Amino acid sequence: MSDVAIKHDEHRDDLGAKLGMWLFIFTELLLFGGLFLVYAVYRDIYAEDFHLGALQLNVTLGTLNTVVLLISSMTVAMSITAIQRGNKKLSMQLVLLTVLLACVFLVNKYFEWGAKFEHDLYPGSDLVLQFKRGSIIFFGLYFFMTGLHMFHVVIGMVVLMVMWFKLKNTTINKDDNVLLENGGLYWHLVDLIWIFLFPLLYLVT
Amino acid sequence: MTTIPYKSYLEPQGKYTGLLDWLTSTDHKRIGLMYMYAIGIFFIIGVLLGLLMRIELFKPGETIMGPQTYNGIFTVHGVIMIFMVVIPGLSAVFGNLFMPIQIGAKDVAFPKLNLLSWYIFMAGAILAVLSQFTGNGPPDTGWTFYAPYSTQTGTNVLMAVTAAFVLGFSSILTGLNFIVTIHRMRAPGMTWFKMPLFPWALYSTAWIQLLATPIVGITLLMLIAERVFKIGFFDPALGGDPILFQHLFWIYSHPAVYVMILPAMGVITEIIPTFCQRRIFGYKAIALSSIAIAGVGYLVWGHHMYTSGMSFTARWIFSFLTFIVAVPSAIKVFNWVATMYKGSIALKTPFLYALAFIFLFMIGGLTGLSLGSLATDVYVHDTAYVVAHFHYIIFGGMGFAFFAALHYWFPKMYGKMYNQKIADIAWLILFFGFNMLYFPQFVLGLQGLPRRYYDYMPQFETGEVLSTIGGFVLFIGIIMMITNLIIAARNGPQAPDNPWGGKTLEWTIPSPPPMENFDTPPVVSKEPYDYE
Repeated sequence: MSDVAIKHDEHRDDLGAKLGMWLFIFTELLLFGGLFLVYAVYRDIYAEDFHLGALQLNVTLGTLNTVVLLISSMTVAMSITAIQRGNKKLSMQLVLLTVLLACVFLVNKYFEWGAKFEHDLYPGSDLVLQFKRGSIIFFGLYFFMTGLHMFHVVIGMVVLMVMWFKLKNTTINKDDNVLLENGGLYWHLVDLIWIFLFPLLYLVT
Repeated sequence: MTTIPYKSYLEPQGKYTGLLDWLTSTDHKRIGLMYMYAIGIFFIIGVLLGLLMRIELFKPGETIMGPQTYNGIFTVHGVIMIFMVVIPGLSAVFGNLFMPIQIGAKDVAFPKLNLLSWYIFMAGAILAVLSQFTGNGPPDTGWTFYAPYSTQTGTNVLMAVTAAFVLGFSSILTGLNFIVTIHRMRAPGMTWFKMPLFPWALYSTAWIQLLATPIVGITLLMLIAERVFKIGFFDPALGGDPILFQHLFWIYSHPAVYVMILPAMGVITEIIPTFCQRRIFGYKAIALSSIAIAGVGYLVWGHHMYTSGMSFTARWIFSFLTFIVAVPSAIKVFNWVATMYKGSIALKTPFLYALAFIFLFMIGGLTGLSLGSLATDVYVHDTAYVVAHFHYIIFGGMGFAFFAALHYWFPKMYGKMYNQKIADIAWLILFFGFNMLYFPQFVLGLQGLPRRYYDYMPQFETGEVLSTIGGFVLFIGIIMMITNLIIAARNGPQAPDNPWGGKTLEWTIPSPPPMENFDTPPVVSKEPYDYE
């Protein structure tokens, strides 16, 4: 018991840290869960308008982004394995690659949204307001859901960059890497939400 | 093994002195106290706003303010009291102060996150207060922010809603912290069923905070999006549905009522065995009924919306579930009373508050059942009856439990004892004033007085006058209680380590506790209320 009897020793509990992260991820899922609920209600009421709305979305860009995010999830998982095997350099490169893939996602999204704005397909535009009620809601949901997801992508990128610096100054190392694991978990969450958004918005025509 | 001489958590600790020493401290007890001071200030503001409303209702017609000001004041009163006082109240203050000690831990699982929660709370609170003075006047929607009015009114709804969102985030982080703490940091030997019942109540509460708050978060975000970007989630003209807002809002806000009341029940469960010197009756039933309330309480939100337009099937199911959720609450009340039976009761101030809690909570709970049944609810919906019921639960329940906790743990928190005679008199005034303030509103409501109006018909005058006088009596009681405690904290006599003869772990350490609570981690072998 001598190690616990020393006062002011650093408390470390990797399992507890991960439990906390999983709980936090759960709240994030519930946040989007509220949106999925709203989506379900309106899709039920305006099934046809949602079908027509989904036809307006660019499936190619959406698919590309899905692939990009899936790969980024893989690279972040690989970076954790790398640091657990003590390969700091590779781990840092993989984190950086993940951030780059996130940038690719955002650039794609920029072009996709940009095209929508060019065609006046944004909430509150004169064109959209002339649509049927279901279509107005569809485009509202499309922008709100993908927008909130994009916000999470940006937060995820900030988290990953913090991880990169912590890897650099060896705060995260071979023996103590729960932070990177938690950061990776957050990135998987960002990926997972997109996996739900993509079929709901683009594919259910 | 290094040992450090005893130094209480209230004394300066290190790098900084004065205020900065506190603002940078991750100690759970200090964070608890910082929550308490902040919440105390908000509570006084809320009380003063409530008094202003009572003065306005003293006479029929316009007394001191017009309808728009009145609408603003009841909204601000609601937002401050709900989001900044009663929801964080017990778990953030006494949960932080005593839950880690009661389970034999040195701190919560994530101390830095705990401090961050406090800062987020303060940021949200400042936003909420600012929303009253900036923009085009204080929000006038009521604390429920019902759409479509909240998406259209020109008043400063946006900032108030943002504030509620930020406060919710703080609440989630506190809940997360508590769940991990209780799972991972219990002392050796403290199994789940050897844990005191206050942590049990906080554990259930934390799950509600975690599971329900994100829903109101997204709802408030949608409201913001509707106001800023014209995304018509709730506006029928844009394809939305205002009833959907009510559903989403109450999916959180009904469980939030249990965020308020569950820790209150936990406090009462600590106080009663101590002052009866008797083992708690039905330990497991009380522990599990907390979980049951948290579970079923999640499914009853529809009883706020009987008159909003729902199918009959939905309404009777919600009504049925509402009756179900009363069962675990009643289990607790019966267990408390059974604990007192044949106990050696010491009528000290905390116990008096606990008794007042049981009395007021029963009135609040039973009137809640008459509101939960379909036929009576349609009759008294949106009347003063609802106001009275709500305040009996929230103020009579959570508020009195907060005062009970304050008087129970005060000697431990400050190492000083308060003047018990003055505390008893303040309790009597509070109890008397409370009933005089809110009981007439049951009667007024049954007679048909609608809530949220600045004016009323002359036949309601007697009740309104009584109620206003009660409000002032209550206010005197509050001032007296707080003054007594402030004097005691400054100059009170030294309190012993265990003034009440309690058995839980916080009474085994010095008053006030040292920085990391325990010199050697306690090893638990007995159940928490081991009196006989």
